[in-house]
Amino acid sequence: MTKELIKGNEAVIKAALLAGCKSFYGYPITPASEIAEAAAKYFPLAGGTFLQAESEVASINMVYGAASVGERTMTASSGPGLSLMQEGISYLAGSELPCVIVDIMRGGPGLGNIAPEQSDYHQIVKGGGHGNYHTIVLAPNSCQEMCDLTLLAFEMADRFRNPAIVLADGFIGQMMEPVEFPTKAIEPEPKSWAVRGDAETRKNLITSIYISAEELEQHVLKLEKKYLQANSREEMYELYRTDDADLVVVGYGIVSRILKAAVDQAREQGIRVGLFRPITLWPFPYRELSVLAQWAEQFLVVELSNGQMIEDVRLAIEGERPVRFYSRVGGMVPTTEELLRQIIKASEEKDVRANLSKTQEFLWAV
Amino acid sequence: MYAQTFQRPRSFYGQFDRKPGDHLTTHYCPGCGHGNIHKIVAEAIDDFGAQDRTVFVSPVGCSVFAYYYFDVGNLQVAHGRAPAVATAVKRALPDSLVISYQGDGDLAAIGGNEILHAANRGEDITVIFVNNAIYGMTGGQMAPTSLIGMKTTTTPMGRVVANDGFPVRVAELLSTLEGPTYIERVALYDNKTRAKARKAIRKALQNQIEGRGFSLVEVLSPCPTGWGVTPVDSLKWIEENMLPNFPLGVFKDKSAEREHRTHRRQAIAIQDVPGILGLNGNAGNERSAGILAGGPRTSCPPNVDYRLKIAGFGGQGLLFLGRLLAEAGMRQNLHVSWLPSYGPEMRGGTANCHVNISTTEIGSPLVSAPTVLIAMNKPSLDKFENEVVGGGLIIYDSSLIDHPPARSDVEVIALPATEMADKIGSAKSANMVALGALIGKTNMLDKDALLHVVRSMTKKVALLDLNLRAVESGFEFARANAAEESLWGV
Repeated sequence: MTKELIKGNEAVIKAALLAGCKSFYGYPITPASEIAEAAAKYFPLAGGTFLQAESEVASINMVYGAASVGERTMTASSGPGLSLMQEGISYLAGSELPCVIVDIMRGGPGLGNIAPEQSDYHQIVKGGGHGNYHTIVLAPNSCQEMCDLTLLAFEMADRFRNPAIVLADGFIGQMMEPVEFPTKAIEPEPKSWAVRGDAETRKNLITSIYISAEELEQHVLKLEKKYLQANSREEMYELYRTDDADLVVVGYGIVSRILKAAVDQAREQGIRVGLFRPITLWPFPYRELSVLAQWAEQFLVVELSNGQMIEDVRLAIEGERPVRFYSRVGGMVPTTEELLRQIIKASEEKDVRANLSKTQEFLWAV
Repeated sequence: MYAQTFQRPRSFYGQFDRKPGDHLTTHYCPGCGHGNIHKIVAEAIDDFGAQDRTVFVSPVGCSVFAYYYFDVGNLQVAHGRAPAVATAVKRALPDSLVISYQGDGDLAAIGGNEILHAANRGEDITVIFVNNAIYGMTGGQMAPTSLIGMKTTTTPMGRVVANDGFPVRVAELLSTLEGPTYIERVALYDNKTRAKARKAIRKALQNQIEGRGFSLVEVLSPCPTGWGVTPVDSLKWIEENMLPNFPLGVFKDKSAEREHRTHRRQAIAIQDVPGILGLNGNAGNERSAGILAGGPRTSCPPNVDYRLKIAGFGGQGLLFLGRLLAEAGMRQNLHVSWLPSYGPEMRGGTANCHVNISTTEIGSPLVSAPTVLIAMNKPSLDKFENEVVGGGLIIYDSSLIDHPPARSDVEVIALPATEMADKIGSAKSANMVALGALIGKTNMLDKDALLHVVRSMTKKVALLDLNLRAVESGFEFARANAAEESLWGV
């Protein structure tokens, strides 16, 4: 087995080509540019197409074209680029076209900065485009998972005929770690619904327009059925030392790594704390998280955003337990020691509800 | 006795089953130009024998329902984006006939960027641009091609230049680009102009079939409903109002001289892809060969847990130093991570990277409390000195930093790295001196294996010897330093 020390952003491209991806259409943006650069290097060599589009609007529509002919295709960007792609993502979902989109999150809103944040959660997980649709969202926390989840994203996108998004942050994209790649590439199954410019597929139609209300209702219900199926079968998550945990910390991506280290240090101090890491952000592992509420007395969500995923955590806990929140934004990333302090603080103030009346802080910060 | 004078093109459905309601008539208004243009396109597809190869791309506009009518592969796409979609279709299917059929709002307003760049790339596609100077689908609003003074629902007093600008002349505009092969503007107001339109559209399609590159035909087309005139008067309207603004003619034609404009991918078998990515793991791959598979760490401590911060100026090769460490650590079967400070910081300012090398799994790749700091300039030492854990190690370049660290609870090596490197041959190898000193001091990695990594990762041959000697000199410095210290200790 060979291991390669490789950037997360580059691992994505190698994985994509191993998944049989044939085309990459993208536009440069820090901190995602290495993905396009690696694609420019490898796609033509591997018998595919790399094209630097004139904008993210164009690149997502090129992806639409490539997906329409039934080939595996992808793009990558960061928050501002994803904002521009939302129209196209809605069309892709509406036309039931599979593709993979990689978002290496940076600081926002507006131009923000190029440092890591997790503030794209809402636009990616909740869907920033118009209409009744969802995208599959996978959140890697290592370079190895940049490879593994990219492979999985292509597979799920095809299976659900829907865009799948790999949601990572600037750290995961920029860091290097050893990655073990598969040694065989996959030849994807041909798609009978695609328009391939031949007699066999001449009658096929790729469209998201259903001008009659009855037809559109049927179409939306069909999509919804698909989403319900994903919701009941596809959730992925990681549990770490949660079996006896009084406190469960919840984080994804880079935050989960720092939390894991903090959990270990807190355990050394005798604090019974565990980590819940959602790997699929859509579908979100609500049930698995809610199970923990049976014994965990409280939850602490840590995000590099002002509180986006916490909404899903609260939905899962359904008010049964207090859900605390800690965040850094603007590209600031908490240290292990910082999160350890938050864990200690939480464990020392167990009876949050009893304290509710004492201080107004709890109305907002808990 | 009868003679058949009209036959429906085969590429046109006889009955429009995809259309809700009535399946026999089109959704177009009486007198609309789309019918004419559809017929010309469908006949050409037939005549070229291209029905099975055609992919028809219809974005938003009155012709968004082109798939009701054309019995070919159909894609309905977003407003203005057809040239981008068509680009990817053609790249994937070089032998198909890709038609981007767009209206004026679609192509000249919202899709201005997509058409500009598809034309500029010279994509081997055919664009039919229907210019009727109005938004038909949405009910008669101003188009980028609406005429000055023209009343529309969004220019109730007429199009005013001061507020709305001038009608956009697409054929002229795109003809200034090198990319396009063929651009012509035609009209549909009498038999003569219809015949010319037919000829132009056929040529634009034929060009693609012959791989001659980007062709666009702009068609001045009647919209009686949008203009508020009768179908008969709409023909006169084109002649009287549109022609003065949009002169007919060929604006660019390089059809004869352009060939082989179709992009074709390399034929690569899927099983060859891992090899192309360097993942075949064959004997030639040094990572799997002998010593480097595991690497002897017999001379090193069995358990290590190093968290390093390596900082200095951009250009001192400190990110590279970190990568060498991580690569060597990986080859010695340790857990490693490398995290750079990225972006503009890397260009001229300070640069730093975080490296973890450990016998156990690495939690955070972010090094907030380093066990080792390598500081190669003063700002870096000032910034990170206080982060180092008690009992940790600071190696600093004493050739560039005049004040030693103030900390007394850490080990400090004052390493004149730049001077030493300069003596060896180039100050650029100061990073390698620091690397050698680190290994000499900590013994965290096997030196020979590290030197092998330096050999395999130094891209410039001229630098290799220099780098190796720099590592050795740093190593010796640290060992001598240690010996001296132990002497004093005695």
